[in-house]
Formats: sequence, C-alpha cells, structure tokens
Amino acid sequence: MLIHLLRRHLAPYQRQVAIVTALLLLQSVGNLYLPNLNADIINNGVAKGDTDYIWRTGAVMLGITLLLGLFAIVAVYFASQTSMSVGRDVRAAVFERVQSFSAREMNRFGTASLITRNTNDVQQVQLFVQIALTILVSAPILAIGGIVMAIREDATLSWLIVVIVPLMAAVIGVLMWMAVPLFRQVQVKIDRITQVLREQITGVRVVRAFIRVRSERARFETANADLTATSLRVNRIFALAFPSLLAIMNLSTVAILWFGAGLVDRGDMPIGNLTAFLQYIMQILFAVMTAVFMVILVPRAEASAQRIVEVVETTSSIAEPLRPVAPQQLSGLVAFADVTFAYPHGERPVLHGLTFEARPGRTTAIIGGTGSGKSTVVSLVTRSFDVTSGVVLVDGLDVREQALDGLWARIGLVPQTAYLFKGTVAQNLRFGNESATDAQLWRALEIAQARDFVAAMPGQLEAPIDQGGTNVSGGQRQRLAIARAIVKRPAIYLFDDCFSALDAGTDARLRMALKAETTDATVIIVAQRVSTILHADHIVVLDEGRIVGSGAHDDLMRTSAEYREIVESQLGAAAA
Amino acid sequence: MMMMGRPQGRGAGGRPQAGQRGGPFMGLSAPVERSKDFRGTLRKLLARLRSERLVLAVVVVLGSLSVAFSVIGPKIAGNAMNVIFDGVVGKTLPAGVPKEQIIASLRASGRGQFADMLAATNAVPGVGIDFAALAQILALAVVVYALASLLAWAQAYIMAGVAQRTVYGMRREVEEKLARLPLRYFDSHAHGDLLSRVTNDVDNIATTLQQGLSQLLTSVLTVIGVLGMMLWISPLLALISVITIPLSFAVTILIAGRSQKEFIAQWAETGALNGHVEQMHSGHALVQVFGRRVSAIRQFNDQNERLYRASFRAQFLSGIIQPAMQFLSNLNYVGVAVIGGYRVASGAMSLGDVTAFIAYSRQFTMPLMQIAAQMNLLQSGLASAERVFEFLGAPEETPDRIGATAPHATRGHVEFDRVSFRYLPDKPLIEDFSLDVRPGETVAIVGPTGAGKTTIVNLLMRFYDIDGGAIRLDGTDTRELPRDAVRRTFGMVLQDSWLFAGTIRDNIAYGKEGASLDEIVAAATAAHVDPFVRTLPEGYDALLEEEASNISAGQRQLITIARAFLADPSILILDEATSNVDTRTEVLIQQAMARLRHGRTSFVIAHRLSTIRNADEIVVMDAGRIVEQGDHAELLRKQGFYYALYQSQFAESVGTDLTGRATAPVLQPAG
Repeated sequence: MLIHLLRRHLAPYQRQVAIVTALLLLQSVGNLYLPNLNADIINNGVAKGDTDYIWRTGAVMLGITLLLGLFAIVAVYFASQTSMSVGRDVRAAVFERVQSFSAREMNRFGTASLITRNTNDVQQVQLFVQIALTILVSAPILAIGGIVMAIREDATLSWLIVVIVPLMAAVIGVLMWMAVPLFRQVQVKIDRITQVLREQITGVRVVRAFIRVRSERARFETANADLTATSLRVNRIFALAFPSLLAIMNLSTVAILWFGAGLVDRGDMPIGNLTAFLQYIMQILFAVMTAVFMVILVPRAEASAQRIVEVVETTSSIAEPLRPVAPQQLSGLVAFADVTFAYPHGERPVLHGLTFEARPGRTTAIIGGTGSGKSTVVSLVTRSFDVTSGVVLVDGLDVREQALDGLWARIGLVPQTAYLFKGTVAQNLRFGNESATDAQLWRALEIAQARDFVAAMPGQLEAPIDQGGTNVSGGQRQRLAIARAIVKRPAIYLFDDCFSALDAGTDARLRMALKAETTDATVIIVAQRVSTILHADHIVVLDEGRIVGSGAHDDLMRTSAEYREIVESQLGAAAA
Repeated sequence: MMMMGRPQGRGAGGRPQAGQRGGPFMGLSAPVERSKDFRGTLRKLLARLRSERLVLAVVVVLGSLSVAFSVIGPKIAGNAMNVIFDGVVGKTLPAGVPKEQIIASLRASGRGQFADMLAATNAVPGVGIDFAALAQILALAVVVYALASLLAWAQAYIMAGVAQRTVYGMRREVEEKLARLPLRYFDSHAHGDLLSRVTNDVDNIATTLQQGLSQLLTSVLTVIGVLGMMLWISPLLALISVITIPLSFAVTILIAGRSQKEFIAQWAETGALNGHVEQMHSGHALVQVFGRRVSAIRQFNDQNERLYRASFRAQFLSGIIQPAMQFLSNLNYVGVAVIGGYRVASGAMSLGDVTAFIAYSRQFTMPLMQIAAQMNLLQSGLASAERVFEFLGAPEETPDRIGATAPHATRGHVEFDRVSFRYLPDKPLIEDFSLDVRPGETVAIVGPTGAGKTTIVNLLMRFYDIDGGAIRLDGTDTRELPRDAVRRTFGMVLQDSWLFAGTIRDNIAYGKEGASLDEIVAAATAAHVDPFVRTLPEGYDALLEEEASNISAGQRQLITIARAFLADPSILILDEATSNVDTRTEVLIQQAMARLRHGRTSFVIAHRLSTIRNADEIVVMDAGRIVEQGDHAELLRKQGFYYALYQSQFAESVGTDLTGRATAPVLQPAG
C-alpha cells in the first residue's frame, strides 16, 4: 500500500528524487573516499617521509569536504521540497475525495476517522518520505559502498564484514522483534489509564454520589501497576540496545587490528589501508544501525498509507446523473412513491413502501418514536442516501435524475444536532446565501427567536462563533441553525427534529413566525414532541418504517391508536 | 544513546501533540514548549527523586565508570596501532644494524625528518610486528570495551527502574488528588486540559526521566573525557577540534533558532488546516446541502499551500543542521589526518595516537548532537512537570468535620432553612430559601431551559457548600455530616446517564458495593431492564461501549434507574427529561420512575404536566434563581411566573382551561 501510494504521488517529482539520489550517492562516495586518501597519506606520505605529498593530498581532501557540504545542502533542499509536496498533494487528494462522499461513506468511516486520515495519517507518510529521502537512501548506499571499498582494499580482511554486519543487523533485529509488540502493549495500557482517568473526571459527580472513590482508586491502581510493569520491560530491553551495539563496534576494531596485523606483517596490506579499513567498518556499522532503526517507521507509515488509500479509492455511492434533467416547475413539491430503504448491511428495511406528499405552502409533519425511520426520510430528500426501491420526487422529477447542486439549492436543511462553523454570526447565517443583506439576516434571526440574544452579544452580527458553535448554548445554536436556513430562502424546508433543545414556549413562537415566512414553501418537520407538530397541516405517523396514520391532529386522534398513545404519553391523559 | 522513538499517547484531551517523536534526529525537529520557571520546576522534580537518591548515586557512578572506560579504549587501540607500525617500519630497515646507526646515517644524508620519525618509534631493524605485545594490548582493549558496555547497560537498566517507579508514584499522586478536589474545580476547568495534564504530561515526564536525565550526564561526561584525552595526546590537534566544536554549537543554535520560528509557523498552519478539515467533515451534510463544496475545497487548497510553504522552510532549515555538523566533522577529520600525518612524519607524534585521535573526534560529535536533543527533551519534560505541579497545588475541598457522626437518614425528611448560595460572589442566585419536605413527599423543580435546576442537586449532594442558612437531613445539618454519609442518602437519576465502559452488571452494581447477582437482577427487573438484557447474547455480561450504539439511549436511562433501585436510597433526585427516546421506552421509563419514587422523598426536575400537578411542592426557577414556590393551585392563583409558564407550555397546546379540563385545541397566535 505504501509503495503504491508513494509511487503515484512521487511521480510528479521524479526529477527531484533523481537529483537527491544522485547527490546522496556522490556524498556517500565522497565520505568513503576520505579514508582512502587518509590511507594514501600514511602509506605514501608518512611511511616514506614525503611531507609534500601529505599537504597535496590534504588539499584534495579539503576540496572534497567542501563539495560534500554543498551537495548535502542541495540534497536537503530537494528532499524537503519533495516530501512536503507529497504531503500537500496527498492531503488535497483525501480532502477532495471526502467532499464527494455521501452519508453512507461518511458513516462507513466515521467523521473522527476521516479527520485523522486527512491529518495524522498524511503526516506519517510525509515524515516517512522525508526520512526515506535523507537517511533511508543514503544508509544502504553507504553500507554497500563501504563494503565495496573494503573489499577493494583487501578481500581477505573483508570476511570480517561478512561476519560483523549481519551480526549487528541480527542484534538490532532481535531487539526490535521483542520490543515492538511490547510498544503496542504500552500504548494499549496508556489508553486504559486515560480511559479510567477520563471517566473519573467527567463522571466525578457520579463517582462521589455513589461513594465509589475507593473502588475507582483500586481500578486505577491496577491499570497503573500494569502500565508500569510493561513500560519497565520495554525500557529494560532498550537498555540493551546501545551497549551491545557499542560492544560490537568496538570489538570489531579489535578484531580488525589483530587480523590486519597479520596481513600487514606479511606485506599483503599497506598499513595505511588498515586505518582506512577501520574507518570503513565504523561508517558501515553506523549506517546499518541508522537504517535498521529507521525501519521502525515503515510499519507505521504502511498502516497510515493503507488508511489513506482506503479513502482515496472509495467512490461515492451517490453519483451525479450523467445527463441531469431540470424540472419544469420549481414548486417545491416533495413526493415519496412506494419508497423502501434499507441500510447497506442492515437486515431489515428502515422504511417500507412509504407513499406520501408534502405540498408547497403546507407544513407536513412526520412523527414517530426512535427507530421509526423518520430522520431517514430527510436523508432521502437530500440524497444523503438513495432509495433501495421506489422513487423520491422533487418537483415531479426523480431526485436521482437531477443535478445535485440544483437539487440542493432548493433545500434548506436544519439537522438534528446544530453545527456552526468558526467565524462570525453573519458568516454562519450567510452560509447558504452569500449575498444576503444585514437586514435580511436580522429578519431571519427575528423569526428564529434569536434576535434578542444576538443583539446582546458583543459585536452582534460580527460576534465570533467557535468551531462547532460551542460558545453558545444548545438552544441558541439551534436557533442560529434555523435562521441560517431561513436566510437561504429555499423552496423546501427540512427540519429534522431540531426544536428539541427549545422549551415549549419558544418552540411555539418560532413555529408561528415560521408559518408566516414560509407561506409558499414546502415545510417538512420531523419531530418527536407532539406539541411541536400539533398544528401541522398534515401529519404522517411512522411506526417501524411504515405509515400507520396520516391526516390532521383531530382526524388522527379519532382514527389512529398509535397516535393517541404518543399524545397520551407526552401530554398526559388530560389531552386525550 | 540513540533517542528511541517512543510510543506517544494518542493525545487525550484537547492539546495538540507536537508531532511524532521518532528516530534519532527528531529531537531537533519540533518546537519545544518551555517552562515558565525552569529552575524552580527542576528543583521540585529533583526533590521527587530524593527517595531514590542512593540508587541514583549508583547510576551516576556506573555511568561515570562506563564513560571512563569507553574513553580509554581508543588510546589502547592506538597503542596497538603503534606496535603494528613499529613492525612495518622495522621490516623496511636492514636487519642486524642497530637503530641508532641507521638514524645517524639518515641525518647525515639529509633526511632529518625521517630520522626523527624513526627515533620516535620502537622499531627494531629487521624485526616485524611483536605479536606477543600486540596480543597483550588487544586483550586489555577487549576487557576495557566489554566493561564499558556492561556498565552502560547496568546504568540504563537501573535508571529504567528509577524512572518508572517515580512516574508510578506521580500517577498515583495525581489520581488521589482528583478525589480531594472540590467539584468547583472540575466545573471551572476544561476537562480536556485536565485530562491532558494527568496523562500526556505525566507520560512526557516519564520519557524525560527515562531518556533525558541519565543520558545527559553521560553525554556531558563523554565530551569532557574525550576532550581531556585529546588534550593529553596532542594539544595541537586538540586545538583543531576545540575550534570546530564551538563552531558546531554556534551553527546548531543559530540554525535551530531560525528553524524554531518556522516550526511555530508550521504548527500554526497545521492547526488552522486541521480545524478546517474537522469542520468540513463534521458538517459534511451542511456543506453539501448549502452548496459550499467548491468553496470548502478552495479554502482548503489555500490553507494547504500556506502549510506547504511553512513546512518546507521549517524542514529545510532544520534539515541543514545535520549536513552542517557533518561538514564540520569532516573538516575536523581532514585537519587531524593532514596535520597529524605531518606530525608523525616529523616524529612528534605516533601513528597510533593519530588513529586514536580520529576515533576520539568521532566519539565527540555524537554526544554533542545528543546533548542538543536532550536539552530539548528536558525543556519539554519540565514544561509538563510544571503543569502537573500546578495541578497538584490546586486548593482542596474542606475536609469533613472530625468526629462527625454518620447516621443514615432513613426517614427522608429534608429541610431548607433560609438557604443562600451563589457560584460567583457578584452573581446572586439563591437567597433566603426555605422549604420543608416531609418524608415521602415529591418536590417538582420547574423552569425554562438553563434555569439552573442542577444547582439544587449540587447543594443537596454537598457538591457545593451553601453560603448561608442550613440544609437538614432528618434534623441534622448536612455540614455536620461526612460527605459520604450525605451522598449515601440520595439516589440520582440524571439526564446524563454516565455509564462507564464495563458490563451491564458492573454498571448496575455501581449502586451498591458488593451486590449479589440476585440483587442486581431484582433491581434490573424493577427498572424494566431485565427483559431486554435477556435478548442480548451475553446477557448481563454484555459490554457497554463508550459511544455505545448497541444499547439505545432509553435503555441506558433504564440502566441508571436500575442502579438507583439497587442503591435503595431514602431520597431521590430525578430528571424527567427524556429526549431521543421512543414512545415505548419512554412509557417504561416513566413507569420505572414512578415505582422508584413510591414511598421515597423525591426531588424531580419535572417536564411532564402530570408530575408537576401532582407534586406536593413546586419550586419554580428562572436564571438560576428560585422565584416562586407552592403547590399547583396556589401558584396558578398567584398568576405570576408559574402561571405564565404554564399557559405557554401546556395550556395552549392542549387547550386546557384553568381547572385542567380539556377543551378543543384552537390555533392561537403566540402571545
């Protein structure tokens, strides 16, 4: 997955990647050449007493060093550019793809997960590219180059490399193999402690009310001891890492000196080459060590890449029609014709054979208990989901045949949980209608019973709203969301159980004002509270996805037992 | 020691994580939070280590010894090199001729320098490498290197114990503190921040102790030791290194300083972009239906581009540090190789010493880079420690009065005697409130949304203490009683059900410690929970998840009622609000609540007309204040706040007249 993702997104940057690789190659070669020159100095300069040779070679070494420095900076430039560009491109790809999703895809992944995939996971991949382009590429080159050079110097001694390098890789490998699963365990245990503490903080009233402080402490103690024990094990394993690697490096030095001495004595190896060999080994081992540690990053980056690819390769289930048709008349008529809907993995359909009409100029209410399928009705009109069978008609045309943007332009949606965006009150209100005037905004606020509190806010229309609208109360949020829909002046209003945070008085006043405003529009209200929909022109009663009654309040009280039951339980027997 | 990538917590609470810390070079790559009082916090942190001071002393000794051995090592290897060199040179000289003679003849023939070099060696003409001596030296080297590694391992092993024990103690202290803090603290501090302090910050301290402290010591000692050896071997060559070291420092600090600014910018842009993504994904349906997809993408691309530019600059600048250090290190190497070679050629130094010197130069740069990273870690750890200490220093709840008796108020007689209370000194709330509730009576608390009905709950449960007057339970002032005793008297069923992640059985059992399964089932049956539990495959052992979708909201509420049944309190506090509950379950909840209330004194935050009308006493609240009290008929007669509320909420919708008789519903315009 990671390779697949990277191949696609590194493609535009082939040139930069090639440059970086070339520069890193040259760098490695240069870094390996320096000990070589040092060997020359010793062999031809020192041992022969030719000091001029020493200075000359020294000058060459200096030149190479300067070049290496230059190469390195240029390499870092292109590496940074490439890795950050890849990050940017992947982020954009994920975001655009999510924008095209329907509710089904959003539910499949979950909002939180999508956010993480768009941010943290991309970060992981970006980090990986960055490190890959710097260390992961240069380390193997250094290692291989070192091996080549060492063998060139003296093939006899290079058997040491064959022994030492795998040994070092094995030691690190074993340590990693032991430590990585423990790492994951530590993470799980940290999560456990976090959970226990979160419950103690958010549930402090309940903990104290039920006198459970001591048992909570015991719960925590267990988690704490558990985490400490595991952390201790991980850290003790890691305590081994550095000392053992150090031992390997140092003892290799000793081995090389011993075996090398024999070769030098027999005249098979000039002494300068021995010093060079020592330095090669050091470089090789250092590079191997770095590379193996970097390999820790691969699983994480791989996991992130997989999560990203999952999103990017998902196509939305709601497709724009190939040849969109525009309705002849924009009246706002909404009709359901024998609509059945089941969730993709649901056993039973949520809606069965639903047939009803919501006419412009009238308020159509849909009432039912939880699980009766009423919110789904709204989702079918906005095409968050498509029907399993039957047809949803807006303005006489199947919604699936209409251009999405055109369809949405005629709908004003107020969902169950009000969500506001970071910005000002005015910006939020203008969300569906950028050209609304301030006067229009105030009018909408008045209708939504929100004028008073907005006028009392510092800045009034320019008052700041935090992300999600958390700096206003639930009731105020809902009223602003309602005002937002009003500002759009849509032909169809969809109110999905959005009056619940309001007390009955405000609720009644709001609906009165709405009625005056929406005289030509189709208003569909989904509700649980009977008091909200009592005066609707047409009430549709749902029970387990089927219509069990429809008509006005009085008719239903006479004809529908389910309706009577709902009314009774909410308003008391006196209302019956 | 390499800085290992440590698994970072997933960021509980609201604070942003400073990016993943993975790999050996990451210590320099992220902006570091600085503590406000470095010295003070450091002192406090070290004070916590006092109980481990003996062990720490051992760690310091082990570390110092380990450094000492590893610093001697290259010198010994250098001596081995000398033995080899002597052998090489010796072989080139004619055998049998004494060395002095050769030297004299060299000087005579004008090769003075070569003569000097020869004189400095121990070469024996005609003789090769003295393998016996070599073996001895190398054996010593093996011992020294082995000891260095062994001691380093021991140091890290023991230090791990110290760090973990200390953090274990800190976590426990933090948790115990949570139990002693007043409710006021929890209500006035963001939970996310609080959680972050007790988890993320403590973890950060753990990392600092584990990887920062002892290794900082080792690194510093290594630098000092290596520098010392270098000076001893050759002051001239040491001079070269001494020049490049401060240069490295200066370069690092300079670049790190510049890149820090860029990192802060990158962090800010990341936060902005993440915020945008969060919003667009959370409000997905809204963005679509309100036609804002194109605008959302455009805004994203703009922000994304800004982020790219900031992060490119940051990465480039910090990425240069490594090559810069490498460059200086290479420069150092060239200087040592060339000048050292010259010195050997002129007999002023031995080849072994130059070899050792080269090894020392390498041994130098690694700890230097690590010191920089470790300082960062220390800074970050201290910033966390500061936040934790701040939390631990928060004022605690006034302790229960000593010697307070703890009678269980079995009758359930509650008396409010001229009670006054306010959360903030300048915002008056409850003034001179009196109410006598006899055992078994029901008090309905009504008022518009946000009227402050939970204040009564806070005061009854002694979550907050009253400012004036008294609340009595069966005649005893609640402030005379231990808090636990007061709370044991009450049972709460609130809108926010707060069930924890555990089995249904455990959740119900929360109401009474040590409850038997029979008792739990009995409580569950009384609350209409038993039937649906039986439909679950695991029954009472079914797990309630955090964002549980396996149990509906209504069923969760029934479970909290079961919990209250099990607790069997004398006095109940109930919230009738049941939004998002289907009709059938709502009926069950009402029945269960009615049964629960039977024979018990109840304080009900009322939403249903029948509850209010039948209550023995109604307390009417508005904007946190108690504005009226009395029973239904009395209050209607007053034609005050209650009257108006009643009219707007119930009379209009149902069409009842003042006596409660239903009339035909009439469309009435809002008053």
